Amino acid sequence: MQFGIFTVGDVTPDPTTGRTPSERERIKAMVAIALKAEEVGLDVFATGEHHNPPFVPSSPTTMLGYVAARTEKLILSTSTTLITTNDPVKIAEDFAMLQHLADGRVDLMMGRGNTGPVYPWFGQDIRQGINLAVENYALLRRLWREDVVDWEGKFRSPLQGFTSTPRPLDDVPPFVWHGSIRSPEIAEQAAYYGDGFFHNNIFWPADHTKRMVELYRSRYAHYGHGTPEQAIVGLGGQVFMRKNSQDAVREFRPYFDNAPVYGHGPSLEDFTEQTPLTVGTPEQVVEKTLAFREYAGDYQRQLFLLDHAGLPLKTVLEQIDLLGEEVVPVLRKEFAAGRPAEVPEAPTHQSLLAAARKETVA
Amino acid sequence: MKLVVVSAGLSVPSSTRLLADRLAGAVGARTPVDVQVVELRDLAVEIAHHFTNGFPGRGLAAALDAVGAADGLIVVTPVFSASYSGLFKSFFDVLDRDALTGKPVLIAATGGSARHSLVLEHALRPLFAHLRAVVVPTAVYAASEDWGAEGLPERIERAAGELAALMGGLSAVRVRQPVKDAFDVVPFAEQLAALRPAG
Repeated sequence: MQFGIFTVGDVTPDPTTGRTPSERERIKAMVAIALKAEEVGLDVFATGEHHNPPFVPSSPTTMLGYVAARTEKLILSTSTTLITTNDPVKIAEDFAMLQHLADGRVDLMMGRGNTGPVYPWFGQDIRQGINLAVENYALLRRLWREDVVDWEGKFRSPLQGFTSTPRPLDDVPPFVWHGSIRSPEIAEQAAYYGDGFFHNNIFWPADHTKRMVELYRSRYAHYGHGTPEQAIVGLGGQVFMRKNSQDAVREFRPYFDNAPVYGHGPSLEDFTEQTPLTVGTPEQVVEKTLAFREYAGDYQRQLFLLDHAGLPLKTVLEQIDLLGEEVVPVLRKEFAAGRPAEVPEAPTHQSLLAAARKETVA
Repeated sequence: MKLVVVSAGLSVPSSTRLLADRLAGAVGARTPVDVQVVELRDLAVEIAHHFTNGFPGRGLAAALDAVGAADGLIVVTPVFSASYSGLFKSFFDVLDRDALTGKPVLIAATGGSARHSLVLEHALRPLFAHLRAVVVPTAVYAASEDWGAEGLPERIERAAGELAALMGGLSAVRVRQPVKDAFDVVPFAEQLAALRPAG
């Protein structure tokens, strides 16, 4: 099982000091967070993609390329890559390039983006969100799998005799996850292709996540990729930890109360009860995270959101230390216990390459 | 048949609820109905949190489900600032946008004086038309003075008769659309094929 961190990349004032980091500081902090993730033995770092303030990560492969140069093992991913408003041709090229630079330590998560104005800014229409995700991704898959592509669709200018360069590393396209909170069409898309399905999981009650994951698993089996239990599932999680539970609550509350997404809304207590958010000790985080398996089944990737709402870098790095020292080692052991042998690990470049070679020989 | 009564009165006891109960009783006297009352006052905090959280709490989810499954609705609001109350509107703002399509709805309102009675025609009727409900022709307004005057019982009876007839008629002839589950999917190949250029 893979464990990692996903970041939104928001520039938010620290509500306890009123200080807002500069964009440069925030970008460098995201890199420091990625490096720390590798240092403490996490597997994945994923960055969001945004094209409006207060967010900085508009250019994920630039950042991930830089992180790739400074890490050895970390898998570099996205949360999410906007399949609706980006040109699929550019996604194909950017991520193939990143694959070569990072020696295959790359996968990516497709998402639609829910900021209305971003669509017209990129020449698109949000009402076509699902259709854009369907058509653009179908093209992206062909660009990675066929050397010369002739193509015509609804949303992009046609291609005649186009070769996307560089070709994917070892002719193995990066593994793709599809992220969606509430669109069954996206779970269906992930299942159709046998790709991974990631549920952000952090803003909604568990029952909703459960139904989306069940839908994906049953459709994955319907399309003949394996049993429902073999489908590739990833989940988000959101935690804040201190050695003492009361200290965690006291320190996190002002960040929660003023957070960009849910601030000035529900109470920390209600949100902790109704969603996967855990504010407490590392042991409490272990307990709540292990319970995800009860509604999502044995799954492949767990990403945590740690750096948001204006939390200072120093605090975030302490959180990653706690994850690496006290949470993830226990989760690895506990998740492995009782995990059926037929449940696969998340695909990596190495495993996909091995599978491709086996297919060629056979 | 299921009749759901949505009452946006705030005080206890409330004249809005009183009017709602009179209307529900008059419908029940004409046709057998299971009546469920949704008191928006009890859901006010959950409705506000639905806006900030993006998902309904348990009590609100149950109320929204009840409205979606109803064969007919009676909706009653006090008049605030020349319109329905904000709480009343907020409930219908968080309701699934297709939940009222084709559903018979009786609209009613209460106020301190009769001067605001056209709120029913100028605010409530367009709101429920927008939600594609079938609004009964008679809307019932009760000012404080109406509770001691002639006319209100007759309007209640007329409106209740219209709602009962529509519920019976529509439930008999309406092609019962299976309730679309939020997790139903179009098979992916169909989705993909719909995007292929013609020819």
